[in-house]
Amino acid sequence: MTPNDFLPVLITFFVVGGFAGITLIATHILGPKRYSKEKHDIYECGLDYIGDSRKPFSVKFYLVAVLFVIFDLEVVFMYPWAVNFRHLGLFGFVSMGIFLVILTVGLLYEWKKGALEWE
Amino acid sequence: MLDLSIVMSMAFLVEKSIVTVFIFIVVLAVVAYATLGERKIAGYLQDRHGPNRAGIGKHKLWGILQPIADGTKFFMKEDIIPDKANKILFVLAPTFTFCAAGFIMAAIPFGDRITIFGREVLLQIADINLGILYILAIGSLGVYGIAMGGWASNNKYSLMGGLRTVSQMISYEIVMGLALVALMIDHGTPALRQIVIQQSGPIWHWSVFSHPLGFLLFYISVFAECSRMPFDLPEAENELVAGYHTEYSSMKFGLFQFGEYTHMTLASCFIATLYFGGWTIPWVAVPENPGLIWGIISFGVLWIKALFFLFVFMWVRWTLPRFRYDQLLYLGWKKLIPLAIFNIFLTAGLILLFQKFGIAG
Repeated sequence: MTPNDFLPVLITFFVVGGFAGITLIATHILGPKRYSKEKHDIYECGLDYIGDSRKPFSVKFYLVAVLFVIFDLEVVFMYPWAVNFRHLGLFGFVSMGIFLVILTVGLLYEWKKGALEWE
Repeated sequence: MLDLSIVMSMAFLVEKSIVTVFIFIVVLAVVAYATLGERKIAGYLQDRHGPNRAGIGKHKLWGILQPIADGTKFFMKEDIIPDKANKILFVLAPTFTFCAAGFIMAAIPFGDRITIFGREVLLQIADINLGILYILAIGSLGVYGIAMGGWASNNKYSLMGGLRTVSQMISYEIVMGLALVALMIDHGTPALRQIVIQQSGPIWHWSVFSHPLGFLLFYISVFAECSRMPFDLPEAENELVAGYHTEYSSMKFGLFQFGEYTHMTLASCFIATLYFGGWTIPWVAVPENPGLIWGIISFGVLWIKALFFLFVFMWVRWTLPRFRYDQLLYLGWKKLIPLAIFNIFLTAGLILLFQKFGIAG
């Protein structure tokens, strides 16, 4: 493992990012530009728009995000364990088993509390 | 001595740049024709022809130039930024979505080594030893583009579409990650080239036969990650107009579409790599000294497998109806995540048993 292994990733970033950037600039230059108030308004089924859309939204979305952080951390935590599983053997199985059971109990608690209910 | 190492690294840079540009062009071509293929397949499934006019001169050739016509049209359209939108985020969002999808290609092994002008070139942009982790990390960046696009538009439909997409993608990302844990327990490495080589030999060495449940979980979550048909709530057009890209026009909209198809194409390559042997051919051993021919064949084999999965994406889209939003989250959190945790226990337990009784698994 050397920095050279990741150098091509950087090249990919430049190639793909460059393509996206050039595309956006080209379409900005090529397309017509005719300003009109109605055209630059927000689309709401052709009617005049009402109010602003920067409003509070359902807390459920936030809850899903919080649950995601917990479970995604769990997944990342399991990767090194998974790669070395064959060397760890029964010890690895039991210790990760305990960790997973605790997390599953957490999931069951959220479930029973109704955090996963959408009405 | 110093001069030699500089020359070596320059040659390495040039070689990798050529490989990157070559693979990017192939991916772009596949993506462009996937848009045509999607409409053609939709047409045939609904007993009509689909686009068949854009040909060369008098010859219509099944609309073979349709992607170019579409692209030209996108470029010539007016580039509208709504007055009330957040300008910077509005422009950044499609770029982000497209780039996040495109960056995935860096870690995918598109083929074996190829010998060209006496130089051994690997048909993979970066043979990094964290392939799976890299793809998961970069692939999930696409969420930012969609959240930015939904919020910056200052449109109620866009905001709803963006929020829905974010919850959906992050929910199914957990399933995807857990399904891959089971795969890595078996292979013992996150390096994609190693995983491909381990799957060479008889056809039952393909991971799909040793991880059927893991494959199903992974495949379902890929559909949700790409927000394809049974899970395409972000763009549920009868509820949300066009979801997060309602306000986008010209090539900004084009980049969102392109990003979606790039994501699909590369996800198909990823599925083929992880579960269907990648660029290896069943019963054909990987040669020690690959020549030009073998390199080209391996490249073609991966694309044949990937195109099949791309076809399944489109087939499913025109066959299944859409989920309701609460059903989607129930499926993710209450069915797939417990199943994925069970799958990890099952895989780990079986491998322990095999180790104990001395059977190579």
